[in-house]
Amino acid sequence: MFGAGGGTSSYAEIEETDLILLWGSNAREAHPIFFHHLLKGIDNGARMYAVDPRRTSSAKFADVWLGIEVGSDVALANAVGREIIAAGLTNEEFIAHSTQGFEEYRAAVEPYTLEMAEAEVGVPADAIREMAHAYATAESAQILWTLGITEHHNAVDNVLALCNLALLTGHIGRWGSGLVPLRGQNNVQGGGDMGALPNKFPGFQNIDDPEARKKFETVYGAELNPEPGLHLTLMFEAMERGDLRSVYVIGENPADSEADIQHARKLLSGLDLLVVQDIFLTRTAELADVVLPASVAWAESNGTVTSSERRVQRVRAAVPPPGEARDDIEILFALADRMGHGWGSPDPEALWNELCSLSPLHGGMTWQRLEDEGGLQWPCPDLDHPGSPFLHGWLWEDDLGGRPRAPFSALVHQGPHEALSEDFPLRLTTGRALDSYNTGVQSGGYDSPIRYGDALDVNPRDAERLALVDGERVLVSSPRGSVEMPIRIQPDLPVGLTFTTFHFPDLVDANVLTNDAWDKRSGTAEFKAAAIRIEKLASTDGATVG
Amino acid sequence: MTDVANQPLETETTVTISVDGAEVSVAAGETILTACTKAGIDTPTICYGPTLTPVNACRVCVVELDGSRTLVPSCSRPAEDGMVVQTDSERVRHSRKMVLEFLGSGVDLSEADDLRAWSEQYGADPTRYGPAAERMNEDVKVQDDLYVRDYDKCVLCYKCVEACGDDAQHTFAISMAGRGFGARISTEFDVTLPESACVYCGNCVAVCPTNALQFKTEFDLRQAANWRPEDQSVTTTVCSYCGVGCNLELHTQDERIVKVTSPNDHSVTSGNLCIKGRFGWQYVHGDTDG
Repeated sequence: MFGAGGGTSSYAEIEETDLILLWGSNAREAHPIFFHHLLKGIDNGARMYAVDPRRTSSAKFADVWLGIEVGSDVALANAVGREIIAAGLTNEEFIAHSTQGFEEYRAAVEPYTLEMAEAEVGVPADAIREMAHAYATAESAQILWTLGITEHHNAVDNVLALCNLALLTGHIGRWGSGLVPLRGQNNVQGGGDMGALPNKFPGFQNIDDPEARKKFETVYGAELNPEPGLHLTLMFEAMERGDLRSVYVIGENPADSEADIQHARKLLSGLDLLVVQDIFLTRTAELADVVLPASVAWAESNGTVTSSERRVQRVRAAVPPPGEARDDIEILFALADRMGHGWGSPDPEALWNELCSLSPLHGGMTWQRLEDEGGLQWPCPDLDHPGSPFLHGWLWEDDLGGRPRAPFSALVHQGPHEALSEDFPLRLTTGRALDSYNTGVQSGGYDSPIRYGDALDVNPRDAERLALVDGERVLVSSPRGSVEMPIRIQPDLPVGLTFTTFHFPDLVDANVLTNDAWDKRSGTAEFKAAAIRIEKLASTDGATVG
Repeated sequence: MTDVANQPLETETTVTISVDGAEVSVAAGETILTACTKAGIDTPTICYGPTLTPVNACRVCVVELDGSRTLVPSCSRPAEDGMVVQTDSERVRHSRKMVLEFLGSGVDLSEADDLRAWSEQYGADPTRYGPAAERMNEDVKVQDDLYVRDYDKCVLCYKCVEACGDDAQHTFAISMAGRGFGARISTEFDVTLPESACVYCGNCVAVCPTNALQFKTEFDLRQAANWRPEDQSVTTTVCSYCGVGCNLELHTQDERIVKVTSPNDHSVTSGNLCIKGRFGWQYVHGDTDG
């Protein structure tokens, strides 16, 4: 945010913060060891507000749980902002010195009264007021989020709505205060940092910046394309148009993980060439023309990954890869070789040090320092730099150093892309369970005693109304398709909301149901909000209910 | 706008004590144990853990403190300026020896390598009290594929309870139950682990000093007489699941992972992991569906 794509704060800071807004994140299950740091914060006296449609295992540790309607985040954030302004609790000096666009923001949030928000968001006005005042008056405060914010068709609006609150109050750029997106995969931060984005070089340098391009062209010895490429969602659109005919997938399982999965599988099956490089024969690999068996990156090869707190750490080979499996980078080098470029054999240390010479954020992070110091947080521009526990301290400097002031965003509440209807009267949202991970390629390998499989969680009152018993198999349908799955009666869900994980696609193809409406700016689909109905299976009474 | 406190203040106050005649300075608030370690003195500890709140259960770390009527537990007693401490006096040696003898008399210490080494060092001889005390004599509880509980090996040090509770995991699945000889670490109403509140982080196993809590992989290899620590190596890497960045120590034997731990001094984990990081590695060896 504000220029560099990374969480602003270190884990250690939440142990000392005064107020925690956990918004659209079930970190207790999705980021359990981060949650240990959060618990230390609570033990040290921090107050926590949890914003989540479900009363999750994380929300149970909160002082107040705001069980909002799915997709009403912008309405809630705007109402919190309006209340902070109305109550005179803004940080006026910070707003004047370090931000821009406040007047437009003030006008945009004006309609979001507490009463309006209570109706749109579905939580009492008093709770919203209390949270607004607690956040604004805390000495230090963090807002943390996960996919509950970003897996929506208006994901970017959701993130900006939370950034607005930090700008109103100055809860940014200081020890203990910040904006923290918790990253869901062990190197999703590192992937972006290394330039695995369609419009960026490593270190978030723009590909359309001629100076940056020249620097990389000189070192790489090749001309580089200044036009941005496609992100995953645009790739599927290009497949649909027939513009994209060949796809090379490395370590991703889109044939199980995409929203509206039947559609995604059809597009992947229709390609001229599909190459899949993976550690297992995933469902995507089963569709492939060529499969390149890869080693396990974190246990069978040497390299680095970057965590949610921007900490670059070494991964090391502990065991040899099985059979013909090879290191990912080794495979790329071998391919380059066949294409007539003699890259030789990869040397992880040399590759890393080359990166450090090209990315100013990583300039001082030599391989040797990573070994000696056990990990460093970017930005770390030179060898004497200790790394950066938090970002955006410059917002508090008298001279902003020519940087543009941090912008407020005027936002309008939209709600989920898919409205509930007579045919599909229940809301479905999705998420992770503690012992499992994504499409189960990795977590399916061990026998967890607390695993219950993918089931549809249903409120007891909905279950009673639909005459369903715990564990009963039902037919669940969205406008895109139907799957059979068992239900789990769960009092932690509000009436009208259902929930499922998506870890066992071989048993329950949950992503048949999810909506692939996506945010044009982030490329993320709205996994968090679909409309469904539940029908009893024909073997019972066959009635359509819901 | 530069007067904002950007970093926590570091306090530099130190205190100086005498340990076996040598002057040692440590930060204010640190313990006598820290001073002993700094002086290069190896102190036996059982219930102490660097990431846990001291519970003073085992008394094996006691030292003699001038002016104190009783021996004091070094792991919990803060160092104060001017303290004079003896760590190897006859009184200290005698006390440590008896603690180890009592534990050795009623508990199976066969896999508690540290305790056995200290027993030898202090000349502990549990047989000098006559026949060995009665043991629990229970079968090892094997209730799932992740870890086992062997109550014959439990010295009731409380570390597992602390790790499960507010020192780390905040799950509170286990606690002390019963009295006297019947005192034991128990799940709620003594239900099986899969039925209990346990979330299988294995942080209790990681702190157990006697192998009463043991990873199932280690248990199986020991049963097959194939647990060979001398042939194992440890590689530090990063977990493959979420983006928190937990360091994992992969213990490998015959090119297979046999155990996963995390370093106590790692700023991200403090030695703790979740079920996925601790147990979710089987796929590396191509094993699927447990």
